[in-house]
Formats: sequence, structure tokens, C-alpha cells
Amino acid sequence: MTDGNKIIEMEVLRYRPEQDQEPFYQSYEVPFLDDWSVLQGLQYIKDDLDGTLSFRWSCRMAICGSCGMMINGVPGLGCRSFLRNYYPGKLRVAALEHFPIERDLVVVVDDFMNKLAQIKPYLIPKQVRALDQGEYLQTPRQLEQYRQFSTCINCMLCYAACPQYGMNTDFTGPGILALMHRYNADSRDDGRAQRMELGHADAGVWGCTAVGYCSEVCPKDVDPAHAINQNKMGSAIDYFLRFVKPRGASQ
Amino acid sequence: MSAQTDKRHPYRRPMRGWWKRDRYYIRYLAMEATSILIALYALILLFGLLRLGQGEAAFNGWLEALRSAPSVALHVLLLLVFVYHSYSWFKVMPKTLPAIYWRGAKLPQPVITRIGVCAAVIVNLLVIILLTGLQP
Repeated sequence: MTDGNKIIEMEVLRYRPEQDQEPFYQSYEVPFLDDWSVLQGLQYIKDDLDGTLSFRWSCRMAICGSCGMMINGVPGLGCRSFLRNYYPGKLRVAALEHFPIERDLVVVVDDFMNKLAQIKPYLIPKQVRALDQGEYLQTPRQLEQYRQFSTCINCMLCYAACPQYGMNTDFTGPGILALMHRYNADSRDDGRAQRMELGHADAGVWGCTAVGYCSEVCPKDVDPAHAINQNKMGSAIDYFLRFVKPRGASQ
Repeated sequence: MSAQTDKRHPYRRPMRGWWKRDRYYIRYLAMEATSILIALYALILLFGLLRLGQGEAAFNGWLEALRSAPSVALHVLLLLVFVYHSYSWFKVMPKTLPAIYWRGAKLPQPVITRIGVCAAVIVNLLVIILLTGLQP
């Protein structure tokens, strides 16, 4: 128990596949302190009120990306949202939108993980340097070209904000396309042509219609909408350049 | 397959009415909807071009139709739509451009939007001044 005298009503979307046909909201009265996050509220429910509630979490400090959920209909990290900001109103917590619900607040992330591997999220150097050749050097200006996009924590809030992904899960989606740009924009990398086979496709950058909500909800200011949409120009240049320069603009 | 795995039954939520979930989506759809009215205005102008090709009388008839009350009302509506469309266009613009550096620092996106809006206002004022100057 807490010593807090404030009690907030938390409505949590429950789905137990072995007995429920569809999800439903279950209400809990949660006493809390001013510094409690939504995640702490859920932990209180699990520890003291209802042990059957399932949710993912790990670091409690907005770096592991595990506790993404819909908080009053807005994608957010449970650990980064505070109960005091919703009090005295009630709070609705649900599993991340646009993903199938595995159980309660736990979603199926297989699609995200498969797509993540497809864009080769690692450096593909033109010439691999031997250890004794030293580091791949980079200027601060070159670092600046991709640094912002490298801070993604794979929390998938942007996917829950993207109606295009919700309507067509073939779309690669904001987070992974931003990561694709992160590696393409890295001066040490030479894998753009390989990655853009996926990027040029309908399911790639052209699947984005610039709704822009992904960038609004991103807890790390990655700005996926910027990463994706600036690639449309490169993708269009590649398309036209193939007529005059068979290897495309990226070479 | 184990009995445990058999109990998996992921639930996919429907997307019906998705745009009503968040004001952000409503604003996005409003922005997209302005394109339809802008296409309509392009058709009105194209029709004027067609009438011009058909001779002076036909073109004057088109001009006369533009001066009717419903047409003036439509133009007021279209003006408002154009203003919102231009603003939303420049709001999206920084997302479509590679980062722009000014004196070593990245230009913030709202600044790019403001530059675009200012440029649009200046060009429109110039056009209005030019057209007013050309009036007999």
C-alpha cells in the first residue's frame, strides 16, 4: 500500500484469449503518490489488486521501449506518463493500437521484428577495415546527419499513431523506415542500394501519407515523418535516374 | 504444437472510425479534403480557358457567371480553403526536406514553415499589386 491519500480510477483493457471473445475495460481504484508513473499504477494493480493482469515493462526510465501503451487514447510510455497529470479524472489504459492483442496490454510484435531485420539495421561498410586499421572516422557534421534518427528505442508508439499501418500492415511503418534512413545517412555506410529495394516499394516510403502523428508521439524526438518523407525525394530521383544512369542515384 | 501455444488467439481491433479517435487525425483529413476543393477550382479555371478558346462572347459569359452570388460565395469559401491548404502545405514542407543548416546549426522546422508562409504572402501580395496596376 501507499501512504498517498489520492485515489485514481484506472480502466485497463483486458483480454484473456482463453476465455474472452473480445477485449473489455476493467476498472481499478489505485492509491498513488505524486511521483507515480502509469507503469507504477499497473504494477500496484498486479501486486495488490489483480495478479492476472499482463503487461510488458523493464527499465522504468524510457530507454527499453517495452511499456508502450495507449493512455487515454494517446500512444505513450507507461513509465514516462504520470498519474498526477490525469487525476482527478479517470485514466484509460489499453494495448498499443494497430497491433494484435496477445493478452491484456501485451501486443504481438512479430511483424515489427520481421520488418526490422529486413532493412539490415547495421552498418554495411564499403570496405571492411581490419582492427589494426583503426576506427571508421566521422566528422561531427557527418554524425549530425543521422544522430537524431539513431535514438529510436523500438517502442512502437509511432506504429500505434500511424493509421496507414493500422489499415495496411504491409506498410513497413515509421520506426523502421526511420531506422533505414539512420543507416543510409551514415557516412560510414554503403548499404543504401540494398535497403532501398524495400524503401522504394509501395510498402516503403511511399506508403506514408505524411499524417505526421508518429513524430508527435515519439518519446525520443526521432521524427520518423521527417526521416521517411525526405527519402521520397531520393526515391523519386533514383526512379528517374535509372533511365540515364543504370545504377541509380545512390551510387 | 503444445497445449500452451494452442491457447494463443491474438485479437485484432477494427479500424472502423479510426479518424474520430484523435483530433490530430481529423486535422489531417481536413488538410487532405482541401485538395479536393483546390482540384475543383483548377477545373473552374480550366473551364474558363476552354470558354476563351470558344470566343469573346463565351469568355464574357464565363466571367459573368463568376460574378453571380453563388459563385462569389464559393470563391470566399475557396479562399479560406486555399489559406488553410497553403498553411498546412508549408507545415508539412520541413518534413520533406533534408535538414537545412544555417551558420552551423540545424534550422528548426517551425522556422522553415514560417519562411514558406511569408514567401507565399509576399508572392500573393505582389500578384495582387501587379493585377491592380494592370486594371484599366
